[in-house]
Amino acid sequence: MEKTYSPISPDQSTGRGRIRRWFSGIPVLGWIFGALVAVVLEYYLGDALSEVLGLEKVPALFGVTLILKKPLLLPKCLMFVGLIYVIPISVVAKYLSPLTNRIAGKLIQYPYGVSAVLHLALLYAVFYIWSDVSAYRLLTLKLSLIAVMITLSLNVVNGYMGEFSCSHPGFLALGAYGASVITVLFFVKDKLFGAPLLPPAIGPYLYPVALVLGGLLASVGALVIAVPSFRTRGDYLAIISLAFMFIVKSLIENLEIVGGPRGLSSQPGWSSLLTVFIWTVLCVWIINNFVRSTLGKAANAVRDDESAADAMTVNTRRTKVVTFMFAAFWAGVAGGLYAHVIRYANPGDFGIQKLADVLAMVYLGGLNSVVGSIVGAVGMSILGEALRPLGIYKWIIIPLLLILVMIFRPTGLIAFREFDVREILKPKRRM
Amino acid sequence: MVFFLQNLVNALQWGSFYALIALGYSMVYSILMLFNFAHGDIFMVGAYIGFGVASCILALASLGANTLPNWLILVLTILISMFLNSFLGMLVERIGYRPLRDAPRASAAITGLMIGIILETGILALFGARRISFPPLIQTVTYNMGGVFVTNKKIVIVLVSVMFMLALHQFVRRTKYGMAMRAMAFDYVVVPLMGVPLNTIAAMTFGIGSALAAVAGILFGVAYPVLDPYMGIIYGWKAFVAAILGGRGSIMGATLAGFLLGFIEIFVAMIFPSTLRDLIAYSIILLILVFRPHGFFGEPYSARLRL
Repeated sequence: MEKTYSPISPDQSTGRGRIRRWFSGIPVLGWIFGALVAVVLEYYLGDALSEVLGLEKVPALFGVTLILKKPLLLPKCLMFVGLIYVIPISVVAKYLSPLTNRIAGKLIQYPYGVSAVLHLALLYAVFYIWSDVSAYRLLTLKLSLIAVMITLSLNVVNGYMGEFSCSHPGFLALGAYGASVITVLFFVKDKLFGAPLLPPAIGPYLYPVALVLGGLLASVGALVIAVPSFRTRGDYLAIISLAFMFIVKSLIENLEIVGGPRGLSSQPGWSSLLTVFIWTVLCVWIINNFVRSTLGKAANAVRDDESAADAMTVNTRRTKVVTFMFAAFWAGVAGGLYAHVIRYANPGDFGIQKLADVLAMVYLGGLNSVVGSIVGAVGMSILGEALRPLGIYKWIIIPLLLILVMIFRPTGLIAFREFDVREILKPKRRM
Repeated sequence: MVFFLQNLVNALQWGSFYALIALGYSMVYSILMLFNFAHGDIFMVGAYIGFGVASCILALASLGANTLPNWLILVLTILISMFLNSFLGMLVERIGYRPLRDAPRASAAITGLMIGIILETGILALFGARRISFPPLIQTVTYNMGGVFVTNKKIVIVLVSVMFMLALHQFVRRTKYGMAMRAMAFDYVVVPLMGVPLNTIAAMTFGIGSALAAVAGILFGVAYPVLDPYMGIIYGWKAFVAAILGGRGSIMGATLAGFLLGFIEIFVAMIFPSTLRDLIAYSIILLILVFRPHGFFGEPYSARLRL
């Protein structure tokens, strides 16, 4: 729904209203252009500017980590962020808006896939240049993107279908181990599995197959939860899914062939930023289509009232099985990507701690909302990294923030919000 | 046979921890329909409070000429820790759960998880990462009963747990507040309209549950005298399993399920390699829930689930 502002709206006089008016009429393309200019600026001038300002190197995460380590650097960091990010992005976005609006308007006349691909390519360029500054940034970015996938797939079950499922770490573990075993067995010389069975050179091309197989393994595991969910729901299902998580973890710990409790290492580093980015985009796109499809609506109906949905000819069993397997598939793919980013998989990683993390991301972002999941996952990942200098006190501040969010917005920051690609891609009219 | 009996004794002790924690969990769960994910950490804090109280009493007693007998110190520790820990429980309810009474249940569950993390981190910040050892309140004496070795600690633990379970049972069955709790478990939307103060009863439930958790924590400290800030997590989730396995709203069921969980774990470890403990224990639970989807004493409910 488009917001309308009357000419004498009181919010024009306030600072916020003025800023909003100044930035109105900038399409998403404009913002991406602005970000591109900013990261290019940082790439070429970042080192020089940080030297002039007296910073040791370019601040990794917008200076937050640096400020927490040395609070006296606050003005310098603010100046850096202002000069490199805030001013270029806002100026470019504002003054290129006639141009970007025209481009967006032209693009929207073609099938909207063209426009979407162009936007995504630019976004990828932004990410690529931004993450080129340090390996730490690259890792944070990759893990955030994977967190988006995990959170989205859990939101499909917990938010859209309304089952409180605790099984996600189990699916992640299945995917991570499935994909890792395939890649290590076939393409890597390893002390567990010996010489590779296929020439390693074709490995990167078959990597997606390994990920998909890991995802399929996870969806087979989802059947274990989906079938009992016909007879019960709610709290009992929570226990069943929790038991499933423990069973998977314990099973992997007892399988000596995949390394047992020591974990499985020497995965090839094929999860490049491009791979992770493409899989994340695919995941967001497919899940967004899924939740708007008939099946997604059926899942919503099951959540709201199962017996009523059944009476209204919704095939609740099929809905549950498909939704569980679908969500598990994406969790499995995310797990595979994760194992190949870290290049190590350990059953201890897929325990209750992970469950708490993922649940926090879903409920921070918001139930029943694709945008919410993205916001929650990225927010929690960045927050977790940014507050790292605080040591263990990080684990007091983050939970407190989450409790406050829960108290003031019990369903999460952005809950029950639709995500429309066309709305994002189209040019903005000036208010 | 002797081997079996020996393990039965061990299982009885192990199960009584689970049962005590599950009782507190189950009370909150049946009355407010909340997943109190902070309960395991309240148990952990209870153990630490017990450690503090016992150390203080020992220090005070050693100052005076006549030292108190050990059983008296244990009783005092349990009573004072119960009292202190019940305040913690009520505080958690007031801060984390009461504002979310009308919110989706899962939001309250997340708040509980986060409160648990705060408690762990708080204890970690206070005591550091090193494990601390619980002061030895009972000198271990081992009795040999026809080949079955029973320590006096085990007897004390089982006796104290059973005593508190019976006391809770009497409280819930015989008193006015107990009746209010049962009514609330039956329908907590309508019962407050009849003049039952929901907030008081909720705070009281949390208080009693946390007091029981403190008892469990101290008994844990007596049996395995090493405390660490993360020990509560796994017990909290096991209590969650036991409370739901027992059936919604059934205190008896929670006790039974707690003991059953302890028995399964000990006997699995007895027959199979102990690394398979979780695997087999949870598989059995999964099977039980498949055949009895509403727990032991739970009624099937088709009420509309609030997300």
